[in-house]
Amino acid sequence: MTAPSLAAPAPAKGASLIAPDARTRRRNASERRFRLLGLSAVGLGLLALVVLLTSVLGNGLSAFRQTWITVPVTLDAALLDKEGNRNPEEMRQVTTLGYGKLLEAALIAALAEKGIATDALSEKEVTGLLSKEAAADLRTAVLADPSLVGQTLTFRALATSRIDGYFKGRVTRESAARDANVTPAQLDLADRMAAAGLIGTQGNAGFLTRPDASELRPEAAGLGVAILGSAYMMVVVLVLSLPIGVAASIYLEELAPRNRWTDLIEINIANLAAVPSIVYGILALALFINILGLPQSAPLVGGLVLTLMTLPTIIIATRASLKAVPPSIRDAALGVGASKMQAIFHHVLPLAMPGILTGTILGLARALGESAPLLLIGMVAFVRDFPGAPPQGLLDPAAALPVQVYSWTQRADPAFVERASGAIIVLLAFLLAMNALAIILRRRFERRW
Amino acid sequence: MSLGLLLLLLIGLAGLGFVAGRQRALAAVRGDARDLHSLPAYYGQAVALAAAVPAALLMLVWLIVQPLAVERSTLALILPEDIGAGSSRELVMADIRRIAEGMEVLVASGTANEGEIVALASQPEALKARLAEVNVALAAPISAHVAGAALVYRQSMATGQGAMAVAVLALAVAGFLLALWRVTPQFRARNVVERVMQVLLIAASSIAILTTAGIIFSLVFESWHFFQLYPARDFFLSLTWSPKFGGGSDLGLWPLLWGTLYVSAIALLVAVPIGLMAAIYLSEYASPALRAVAKPAIEILAGIPSIVYGLFALMTVGPFLRDWFAQPMGLGDSSSSVMTAGVVMGIMLIPYVSSLSDDIINAVPQALRDGSYAIGATQSETIRQVVFPAALPGIVGAILMAASRAIGETMIVVLGAGAAAKLDLNPFEAMTTVTVKIVSQLTGDTEFASPETLVAFALGLTLFVFTLGLNVLALYIVRKYREQYE
Repeated sequence: MTAPSLAAPAPAKGASLIAPDARTRRRNASERRFRLLGLSAVGLGLLALVVLLTSVLGNGLSAFRQTWITVPVTLDAALLDKEGNRNPEEMRQVTTLGYGKLLEAALIAALAEKGIATDALSEKEVTGLLSKEAAADLRTAVLADPSLVGQTLTFRALATSRIDGYFKGRVTRESAARDANVTPAQLDLADRMAAAGLIGTQGNAGFLTRPDASELRPEAAGLGVAILGSAYMMVVVLVLSLPIGVAASIYLEELAPRNRWTDLIEINIANLAAVPSIVYGILALALFINILGLPQSAPLVGGLVLTLMTLPTIIIATRASLKAVPPSIRDAALGVGASKMQAIFHHVLPLAMPGILTGTILGLARALGESAPLLLIGMVAFVRDFPGAPPQGLLDPAAALPVQVYSWTQRADPAFVERASGAIIVLLAFLLAMNALAIILRRRFERRW
Repeated sequence: MSLGLLLLLLIGLAGLGFVAGRQRALAAVRGDARDLHSLPAYYGQAVALAAAVPAALLMLVWLIVQPLAVERSTLALILPEDIGAGSSRELVMADIRRIAEGMEVLVASGTANEGEIVALASQPEALKARLAEVNVALAAPISAHVAGAALVYRQSMATGQGAMAVAVLALAVAGFLLALWRVTPQFRARNVVERVMQVLLIAASSIAILTTAGIIFSLVFESWHFFQLYPARDFFLSLTWSPKFGGGSDLGLWPLLWGTLYVSAIALLVAVPIGLMAAIYLSEYASPALRAVAKPAIEILAGIPSIVYGLFALMTVGPFLRDWFAQPMGLGDSSSSVMTAGVVMGIMLIPYVSSLSDDIINAVPQALRDGSYAIGATQSETIRQVVFPAALPGIVGAILMAASRAIGETMIVVLGAGAAAKLDLNPFEAMTTVTVKIVSQLTGDTEFASPETLVAFALGLTLFVFTLGLNVLALYIVRKYREQYE
């Protein structure tokens, strides 16, 4: 070995180990730049997360509050119950229209009583503060409890979305002047009513329990059907994907001989995990709806697609946790005379269970947020009726949480943007709960070998 | 008999089989389990499996085959004169199904009994009026013959249901009795049960193959239908995309493919530098405390559903880019644009790039770094000139996987990119992608057998081939790289 003949630059005169020369300074500066670049990349990633979450929270939190008009309504028995026997079947003949008139009269009477001037507005403009849905709510309340008829009820009626938007800062006098659905004079009236305590913004539990509402009544739109539909789908996914996924993993991890067939299965699972979700939607449309003739928008079909999508995730997680069980457990079981199946089902599987459940919950969380395949099986349809009880209800049309967000973004009224963001908050809350559950399971039960 | 009840009966019979099999085995040896070949529970399981498994399989097959068979026989009943102008055999069939469902509703709501239904079938006008009463509206007038076909359809469906219940229960009882009869002390129950279990496990693991086969079959089959209605040459070579409902559409792939690739390229331009630098910083520089916080925080981004990103693009990023970049620069005033979708998709892909790269960078042996430090390189020089080249194949694999995800992403582009199919270079212009058009062609109200709907399957096939190719390539590169150090 000869000394390497590097053409090293001759050290500059007066070179010192203490005072760095120009080249060292340059290299150190580039080191600092590189570090800063890395740190700013991390910062950008975190910033993106923060901006994303604040934007959704900022837009959506107001969906959980709603503007209500609180007026005393006298439920005139002569109008609502002509027979006078409080029979809900007969009272059903009074339509929403009748209740609407009652409510409008009550509002005007309440305004007069509080001495709020309405001279500048026509009667139609005054009653225009009330949501069209309010009368239907009143009717539902009365039919549920016929004994209310004849009494005076303090009723909380929904205000229209424009008035609601005014109290939430979405609608201003300038925008109202250009808006066909609301006038600045109505906003003035709303201000005077707020001062008199007739109108105000309160919590809105209906956002979680009501069904979707029509394009013109964003104030009444809720997530009830979507949450129920998503819950049905999650049940289908859990019931199908957990046993199938565990069975497949046990075979592949513990029993399968290494041959072409198992190789093929392994390659398939790896590729299925990477197939775009919309392709699963196409499969569902062609197979479940066109060939098998299952109904559109049904939670069962949605659950089946999501099962196919989650299976690879669950299989990969289950195999990892089966693999983590040390071979000594199997050897010990076989040594005392257990059969291979007994060793697996009595010893390996129980030990792997926490890991399997964690993986399953994470797979379910992923399935809950998936929307693209559900669009293709007709989940975007407008559904107002709650699906029935399972198992028959699994075939009734329903919505799903993420798809509800999508359909609300497709509507013209800006009030639906608030609803969509609110729905996202609900979705994220469910996901957070599921992930927290998975982490707790892992912390509490997972064994390190 | 409803399906739920039938399933419940099957489960009940299996439970009964378990108890009966176990009892019979124990009784045969007067309670001394040592004389049995297997543990008593295995005799129970053998009977339960024999009762439930064949019957459940029969039910599954029946449920799949019966609608197909009934539909086929009803289709044969439709006469050429039933098919009106502008209608088709499929549409008449849909009407028949709807009428049959309506009859079901009539019976269920108690407004008509079976006899009345049969009578109504010969009076189409009255039938239509009665159906309208229960909110089953029919567009076309019903002919007496179609109403008759609906009646036949409904009856054969009902007969099929009844026959299924009988056949399934008979098979279950037969399996139950046969297995119970075979229970003797010499019966090798454990071996039988374990063999059946193994077959069930194999069947479960084959579902992965069935899914792939189903995807390929449905895509290829319907794409083939499409190419019979629309020339493949135009689909692959035409530069315009303008579907028309009246027919005569231009369904060229290129504008969509261009939009897809453009959005994906912008997404990768955002995600790769940020993700890679974040991974390098977190694995090489960051203190354990920062790493413990920042790594999971960035991975949260991967757990957020894509609809959330879509809404983020629609509400926040789109208007921001329009007001601060596109309008001042005079590049357009659309809030949905390639840039919007690309940037948001880039944010979504950051964790994919960073966590995959992190693993790969960590897999580079420490000896390489130590050698580099020993000859006087700074940390950044080591990373750039030693660690990065060593990790490069893995990083390329990670980027390819991110690219495949970008191409297949749907919700962000549906909400952020727009719907106009055009070939344009301006990133602030709204363009559309393959996935957007799959959604819009399949969620519309167009007739299923038209090229405008079927084109979605050809688009899906294109998408599938693209993403599969990228993934196979990525896996190949990653696997090849791993062999070097392990």
